Amino acid sequence: MSTFNQKEILWEETVPGGNHWSGLMRRGTALRFTDMQGGANVSILFYNMEEKLERYNMPDSLKAQHTAFLTTGNVCYSDMGRVMCSFIHDTIGWHDTMCGISDAKLIEQKYGVANYQTHRNEMYRSAKDGLLIELAKHGLDQRDLVANVNLFSKVSANDSGGLVFNAGNSKAGDVVDLRFDMNVLAVLSTAPHPLDTAMTYQPSDVLLTAWHAGNAAEDDVCRNACEQNQRGFINTERFYAQ
Amino acid sequence: MLTESKFLPEDAVLSETCNAGDPWTGIVKKGQTFRILDLEGNQAVDTLFYNAIDATERYSAVDTIQRQGQIYLTTGSVLYSSEGNPMLTITADTCGRHDTIGGACSAESNTTRYALSKRPMHSCRDSFMHAITHSARVIERNISKRDITANINFFMNVPVTSDGGLSFADGISAPGKYVEMRAEMDVLVLISNCPQLNNPCNAYNPTPIQLLIWN
Repeated sequence: MSTFNQKEILWEETVPGGNHWSGLMRRGTALRFTDMQGGANVSILFYNMEEKLERYNMPDSLKAQHTAFLTTGNVCYSDMGRVMCSFIHDTIGWHDTMCGISDAKLIEQKYGVANYQTHRNEMYRSAKDGLLIELAKHGLDQRDLVANVNLFSKVSANDSGGLVFNAGNSKAGDVVDLRFDMNVLAVLSTAPHPLDTAMTYQPSDVLLTAWHAGNAAEDDVCRNACEQNQRGFINTERFYAQ
Repeated sequence: MLTESKFLPEDAVLSETCNAGDPWTGIVKKGQTFRILDLEGNQAVDTLFYNAIDATERYSAVDTIQRQGQIYLTTGSVLYSSEGNPMLTITADTCGRHDTIGGACSAESNTTRYALSKRPMHSCRDSFMHAITHSARVIERNISKRDITANINFFMNVPVTSDGGLSFADGISAPGKYVEMRAEMDVLVLISNCPQLNNPCNAYNPTPIQLLIWN
């Protein structure tokens, strides 16, 4: 199933595994993330491009929707009670919200050292270093680095709260589509999930496909997933009212 | 894990009460022990920690969760910073479970969670905003809204099921329950004693807490 047709595509770009990217996504555009080789991870954060102090808020997103993970019908809330982006289509079913990102120390402990001198652009990069590089391009730094979403990755909790990484959650060709409901700065890294059980550094490439999706309709699956989301969309629409 | 403390209130070097709906700040030096006491029971205590020397290093919920593979806090849990360093270690806990993912209530999130008309109700985020504009020890460390992130909710019960469901359950705390932690670095503590009236996190009756520090 596709949520768009070829003529609506604005651009496509591949982010190699372990790399990083940032971009401005206008209200009403959408991004498809495609897992190219399987086992991809995208550590991603969202900021209001006009007021970057307004940003994705993990607890507010989970509380409003009574969920610990994100999938079709869910939205990402900002700390100002507004819907920033929406999961309008998803072949995977579970995207992690609680486990944060890999840092350089973790990558070295798990996979060893592969620096630019010896490995050129195949070097091992961490999600934290990648996100900080992209944040810095927009005048942001570690103070703006908050709890993120890990697209494609599943970590579930047992009855006592212990976490289990679910390997194989995303396969080659799996996709998740995010519609941007605000003008958003999206910042991402394709480095491995911090709890990934793979013993070798082999993050999948991720294809980004942008298209015109339009704003959330009255019968939108995310708007109508729960009363909370209906109110969240009202808050977003009031922000852009003129 | 339920564990009692050997510290006696009369030996504390600091003992202060914080009313429901108020913020509280304090400094806990490395090696000191900090206790939060739930005086009347079922009171959520929204808590953030900062490195007292360099507040750009701060408590990180996702680092705390990831590095221990565990979403709840109790005796033995380490509270990690955004730089991956241990900030505090929980050394005693008579409640048994504390929340890492529920965050703080705000006027704005109350509009989505309950009704657009709930905006005027007092909230933890408003208490944090009050603290960052009034508390000298917060202001002198340049702590601003940028530094307000996902907090700990001591005494709050937010069960996550294996299929990823999340709810705000009735509290498991009771009058006189406490949680105690040893500082592994000098930390600034920033608390909002939660005024939420729309869910059972405070048993619909927010109440005072007591803060104690021992050398």
